[in-house]
Amino acid sequence: MPSDARSGRRAGLNRSRLVSRLQLAAMYAPAMLLFGAFVFYPLLSGVQISFTDWNGYSQHYSFIGLDHYRKLFRDPNIRTAFVNTLIYGIGSTIVQNVWGLAYAMLFNRKFAGRTVARAAVYLPVMISGLIMGYIWYFMLQYSGGALNDAMAAFGLAPVDWLADQRRAVSLILFITSIQYVGQAMVIYLAGLQTIPRMYYEAAEMDGVRAWSRFRRITLPLLAPAIITNVTLKLIGGLQLFDLIMALTSGGPGFSTHSFSTMINYLYFVSQNAGYSATLGIALFLSIMTITVVVNRYLYRKEVEY
Amino acid sequence: MSRTWKIMLPLVGALLAVIHLLPIYVALSVALKRPTDLTSRWQFPNYLYFDHFKNAFLDGELLRAFGNTLVLTVSTAILLVAIGSMTAYPLARIRSRLNRVWMNVILGVMMVPTLSIIVPLYSMMNRLNAINTYWGIVLILTTYNLPLSIFLYANFIRTIPRELDEAAKVDGCGHFGLFYRIVLPQLAPVTAAVLILKGLKVWNDYEFPLYFLQKPRNQTITLAISRFFSDTSFDFGSASAAAVLAVVPVTVLFLALQKYFVSGLTDGAIK
Repeated sequence: MPSDARSGRRAGLNRSRLVSRLQLAAMYAPAMLLFGAFVFYPLLSGVQISFTDWNGYSQHYSFIGLDHYRKLFRDPNIRTAFVNTLIYGIGSTIVQNVWGLAYAMLFNRKFAGRTVARAAVYLPVMISGLIMGYIWYFMLQYSGGALNDAMAAFGLAPVDWLADQRRAVSLILFITSIQYVGQAMVIYLAGLQTIPRMYYEAAEMDGVRAWSRFRRITLPLLAPAIITNVTLKLIGGLQLFDLIMALTSGGPGFSTHSFSTMINYLYFVSQNAGYSATLGIALFLSIMTITVVVNRYLYRKEVEY
Repeated sequence: MSRTWKIMLPLVGALLAVIHLLPIYVALSVALKRPTDLTSRWQFPNYLYFDHFKNAFLDGELLRAFGNTLVLTVSTAILLVAIGSMTAYPLARIRSRLNRVWMNVILGVMMVPTLSIIVPLYSMMNRLNAINTYWGIVLILTTYNLPLSIFLYANFIRTIPRELDEAAKVDGCGHFGLFYRIVLPQLAPVTAAVLILKGLKVWNDYEFPLYFLQKPRNQTITLAISRFFSDTSFDFGSASAAAVLAVVPVTVLFLALQKYFVSGLTDGAIK
């Protein structure tokens, strides 16, 4: 009977669709479970903790509403940490992108020793930020430090490099940049290699100056690499932690703290888990907002070209 | 290219190489000098002295730390490859509104800073009795390194032609059969990239072990070094030797696999 056959086939189709759906769900399940348990649940429970005066280990705590959020805006240490976070995040994004692009333009030319030099620039990217911080300590130490030795050789007085806030923050920005500039460099190098040579040849024949060639050909065609690099550096720089821990632990005083090291301080040292969780939410929201806004802007720019 | 450039470029390259390796050179010089040798750190010792390295190994318990870190890195890497590729396949192949949402969720997770969830995550793990356990930290490291792994796999799978998929589908292969028999065998290059990028990230991680592995027995390299640095605050030689020792494995790995490192970092980054 035709109608039976048809409904039979439909049932078969439905069953195979059901099997296909189930297989799909099974393939997604592990990742979904991990994200649910270790990302989304903590995010939500962090909001809950931020409304309490929990110390991190006690069974007892009370709800204090928005107190921590109010305190956050008045706390001078948090303000310092916020400004530093922006310097580490936005500063290192700008520095490493300009620096990395300059290196990429250099290493895009062929010359003797190019491979070795490129490997030397890239090698520090492999090393943990914490260990890089300790390694730099031997350069920056007040007595016997390599930099002060060099200063002495030029007849200059030794400097306590990490004792002054401005200098310490700038040094942290510089050290994280010189360590990770190789990463931006290789991404820009890969981007440069996708630009056809004939564009430059044509522009050169038309007498376009080097700067204009860079502005009108190189930069627009590097847009995907720029977006990748800016996003990577923003996310990395805004949550800078290990280098600061190795070099200053946030000191002297609270002057070099970032949001990340401040969260660690509030939790581990002050045992103020509620306040620490509040700052965690602030860090999460800052990174989300800045990254999304910058990305939107860059994508719009890319479309314009 | 003009003559001046031809002479200048190698010089500039050499200068840059020196500048970028300078801190490592200084640390090495500190590590190799006798404590009584007060010459400048710029000056490399002209004798051999390895006691600092011995101290670092024995007092810093670096060997055990290396072992622990290796166990963590390998287990996390296996999970990242298995779950990453399996999640990426349907994401890359099936266009649906649900998948688009799912992809945005994954990108969103990539932006969650470690420290921002550390308080609630720690209290949750504490309730699960998962502090100081390998399974606990492996699951956490897997979760937070998974988004980029999925992303790299999905980007790569999009470049594989669909013909084989279609043929297998006609033969009655389901999603999983397709993935396991047709797609998985083709994923070697991107798997190398994931292993290198993420293996390195896990190997160098500091934040998660700092919170979730607090016993000296199961500490990782970064923890061992930071503890050793605060314990031996006046024995600069040994501290420096420990830092240098931590750099050795990644350097060797990098020099051996340089080509893959760079392609691993750039593949999918500029598409």
